[in-house]
Amino acid sequence: MIKFFLMVNKQGQTRLSRYYEHVEIHKRTMLEAEVIKNCLSRSKEQCSFIEYKDFKLVYRQYAALFIVVGINETENEMAVYELIHNFVEVLDRYFSRVISSNGARSGESTNVPSHSEQGWTKY
Amino acid sequence: MPAVSKGDGMRGLAVFISDIRNCKSKEAEIKRINKELANIRSKFKGDKALDGYSKKKYVCKLLFIFLLGHDIDFGHMEAVNLLSSNRYTEKQIGYLFISVLVNSNSELIRLINNAIKNDLASRNPTFMGLALHCIANVGSREMAEAFAGEIPKILVAGDTMDSVKQSAALCLLRLYRTSPDFVPMGDWTSRVVHLLNDQHLGVVTAATSLITTLAQKNPEEFKTSVSLAVSRLSRIVTSASTDLQDYTYYFVPAPWLSVKLLRLLQCYPPPEDAAVRGRLTECLETILNKAQEPPKSKKVQHSNAKNAVLFEAISLIIHHDSEPNLLVRACNQLGQFLQHRETNLRYLALESMCTLASSEFSHEAVKTHIETVINALKTERDVSVRQRAVDLLYAMCDRSNAQQIVAEMLNYLETADYSIREEIVLKVAILAEKYAVDYTWYVDTILNLIRIAGDYVSEEVWYRVIQIVINRDDVQGYAAKTVFEALQAPACHENLVKVGGYILGEFGNLIAGDPRSSPLIQFNLLHSKFHLCSVPTRALLLSTYIKFVNLFPEIKTTIQDVLRSDSQLKNADVELQQRAVEYLRLSTIASTDILATVLEEMPPFPERESSILAKLKKKKGPGTVTDLEEIKKERNSDVNGGAECTPVNASTVALPDSPPQGSLAELVTGPRPRPSRLNSSRLAIHNLQTGVPCLFKGFFTSESTPSPSADLLGLGAAPLTSSAPPPSSTGSLLVDVFSDSASVVAPLAPGSEDNFARFVCKNNGVLFENQLLQIGLKSEFRQNLGRMFIFYGNKTSTQFLNFTPTLICSDELQSSLNLQTKPVDPTVDGGAQVQQVVNIECISDFMEAPILNIQFRYGGTFQNISVKLPITLNKFFQPTEMASQDFFQRWKQLSNPQQEMQNIFKAKHPMDTEITKAKIIGFGSALLEEVDPNPANFVGAGIIHTKTTQIGCLLRLEPNLQAQMYRLTLRTSKETVSQRLCELLSEQF
Repeated sequence: MIKFFLMVNKQGQTRLSRYYEHVEIHKRTMLEAEVIKNCLSRSKEQCSFIEYKDFKLVYRQYAALFIVVGINETENEMAVYELIHNFVEVLDRYFSRVISSNGARSGESTNVPSHSEQGWTKY
Repeated sequence: MPAVSKGDGMRGLAVFISDIRNCKSKEAEIKRINKELANIRSKFKGDKALDGYSKKKYVCKLLFIFLLGHDIDFGHMEAVNLLSSNRYTEKQIGYLFISVLVNSNSELIRLINNAIKNDLASRNPTFMGLALHCIANVGSREMAEAFAGEIPKILVAGDTMDSVKQSAALCLLRLYRTSPDFVPMGDWTSRVVHLLNDQHLGVVTAATSLITTLAQKNPEEFKTSVSLAVSRLSRIVTSASTDLQDYTYYFVPAPWLSVKLLRLLQCYPPPEDAAVRGRLTECLETILNKAQEPPKSKKVQHSNAKNAVLFEAISLIIHHDSEPNLLVRACNQLGQFLQHRETNLRYLALESMCTLASSEFSHEAVKTHIETVINALKTERDVSVRQRAVDLLYAMCDRSNAQQIVAEMLNYLETADYSIREEIVLKVAILAEKYAVDYTWYVDTILNLIRIAGDYVSEEVWYRVIQIVINRDDVQGYAAKTVFEALQAPACHENLVKVGGYILGEFGNLIAGDPRSSPLIQFNLLHSKFHLCSVPTRALLLSTYIKFVNLFPEIKTTIQDVLRSDSQLKNADVELQQRAVEYLRLSTIASTDILATVLEEMPPFPERESSILAKLKKKKGPGTVTDLEEIKKERNSDVNGGAECTPVNASTVALPDSPPQGSLAELVTGPRPRPSRLNSSRLAIHNLQTGVPCLFKGFFTSESTPSPSADLLGLGAAPLTSSAPPPSSTGSLLVDVFSDSASVVAPLAPGSEDNFARFVCKNNGVLFENQLLQIGLKSEFRQNLGRMFIFYGNKTSTQFLNFTPTLICSDELQSSLNLQTKPVDPTVDGGAQVQQVVNIECISDFMEAPILNIQFRYGGTFQNISVKLPITLNKFFQPTEMASQDFFQRWKQLSNPQQEMQNIFKAKHPMDTEITKAKIIGFGSALLEEVDPNPANFVGAGIIHTKTTQIGCLLRLEPNLQAQMYRLTLRTSKETVSQRLCELLSEQF
């Protein structure tokens, strides 16, 4: 199953997080920091799946935005990888251009999605 | 597509948000927020009733403030009011607020639940959807308790809209994940299965997710889903790329649904029905064929989606492991991916191939890719891909390619990433041992390992090489020669010094005939490393020196001089000092006969699971080292060909003393015989022999320097699988030499059986008590796992010494029950209590119970106590509630004579209904009320969880008050389980 879904910018700030299993708030912060560190340190040649503790991270990068999904062994990595893209396409279609100010300040202690200024990159 | 920002805008909210965004500082923001909070509070408290729009707007503002990270302590009531609005936008905001800020305030929960109930019953699909989303988003146990019964009805009702069905399925899945106990199985399950046939693919997708999760726990109930899933899958894979409209993704028909269906099929064995099976095979072939067709689109999304389905199909093929043709095709397909330019595909191909390697049908096919995999090891730029390559090489290794694979792994080790070195070391060590035909190769490999990656060679690895060298006399001479040569390198790893010290101490005599490795040269070589080593290694070297005194009397004085030097005798480290003093004394006063006996060659180690394997398992988690059983079998037959001697076995006496034969003669110019042993009195030898391991262990073991020998016997991190008696003493030695009783397991203590029976229906209490010792237990079990705390209380005011509890399992029991524990402190102070934790894993059902043997020294006497440890099959029960109808239906299904076990017996205790009920519940099964037509009878149901299977159990107890008799009937799907449970429970009444 999918354990969590994160949207993170290149600075390492969480833009959106959704947990499908209960994780305590203070543990989320730690988990997110580690997960992001893991993804940010990778190069383009490396594969998009990372074994992390007892689950796997599947991630994709769209310009300055990373989408990271934590899954357990019952999920198909490739299907989740493509699901991220499908999700992005849906968002793109729904909001046409994802816009708003870069509410970096308001994002600090919250779960609010703040939208990136440049919108979704086209591919 | 609707744009969210338009339409139902709330100007006040927009202004507020832009105010906040324009704040220059945190202080300004807080000020603005406080102003707004005051405003909202006054509006809510005001006399004027607010209209829905205003309420919605203020609730929205509160939500926004909360999401900014501020506490909100009012407004809940207004949000709850919005729930009963008939306007969508108002209701939606209400639900949004309570989903985010759900409060356990009981007053509100009642109101919220009421509103949700109304919406669920409203037959308005939008409202029903909002209510279902709210239940799922909150997902608490309270929500599950309130609605888990209702949602299945909505899900299977004929007139429910598709979108609502979809939400209902996902909502139920969420509740089942958090609180499976509140989701009752029943008639609806068979109707849910039929949703796989639904016209609407969204419903099918949601239902598949739900069914897959439910089927994992209740495979029987959802068995019919197999044929439905196959036919649905077949329709999808054969559909034209545009048939499925919205569900076609870049020309791939319903990829995610296909993946889910293939997952669902992995909950079951291959279909029994030939037609269904044929259809499934066709599907899988079609999927494999499509991979070879030219792509319908150049877009990467197309190939990604197609490959997702392909990988899942391959997983299913591997899971079924029954169609050789498909397995080989899958392997070839993965082989292509191994060379693909996409890193993701290479990674996944390596990963899947790893599981494919363990199938007998495809093992050979996998092996053909060895060069590609080795190449991946050398050229991949991503460590996680290289890691997969290492795993695959490990999985595909067998006797035919072991030398090549081990060589390549060693090669890679020199440049490998630090993060995976230790694991590679373990894998190399295991493969070298498993496939060693020639043990000189094994010794070379391990020494190479130490040379290349000494820091990553854990203790288990070098313990193991010593174990093997000691147990195999054909390799001892070679090992001595090789370590001697390796030690001549100017800088060698400390682990090599340890191995070298140990092996030369035992077998240095075998190479002493060569003038290049004469006794003095051997000694000087080792001693040249002494000062560079840590304390534990130095301690080991001191033991080597005293062994040299026995092997090579001509250098005795040299060694005595070393021991006598100030740096030894007055060493600041107490362990080293003690050894130096004791060894020096021993070498001075003991006669050569005594020395020869005391310092005799170590007896063979009892065969048991490799501690390395245990370590790898621990590193990787259970289940990843797939071919454990095989490794174990192979090693038993190969490595220690029947050498089953334990240290205390009298056959030690008869151990061949002859030097190795054959090719070794060419390697060394003539081995020297060991000094002869005292053999005037057979009995004396026997006693002294018995003492040797103890004595030596005494020398080696201390708090600061755990000895290899003690750890090898299974007290270290390795799981406790040895049935060998424990090494007895760590303290005073010479007394032990003559105490024959040590290390012999005592018969069961009187009363042990009775005490054991008392624990069948309970988990905590006192297991054993005499004047000296009390043993208490506290245990808990969940599914197939358990943990037991054993408390040993010293009831006297005197210390217990050498306190050694050991768990003993018969071979048969060992394979079904995995017990792990750590040794306890050997000293138990008067009046003190020590605790030992035993981790328990039930692999398969079992009959016997493990024995707990405790040995210790109290005053001058040796105590030896054995009790049966109450780990019984029923501890792995999970109660199952079911209705009368279900019970009797299942009862009838289990009508095979082997499945039933019946016992009629006389009541041993007063026949009290309440006590009987408590015992049945304590036994672990659910007590089902109002099931049996006769109210005096008791019926129960539950599932025994083992690692390998789950066994459903039904029981019925019929008391006959007049005759003071009971009739107990057990029906389970497995004969041995019925038998064992019947036995256990009959003792209780």
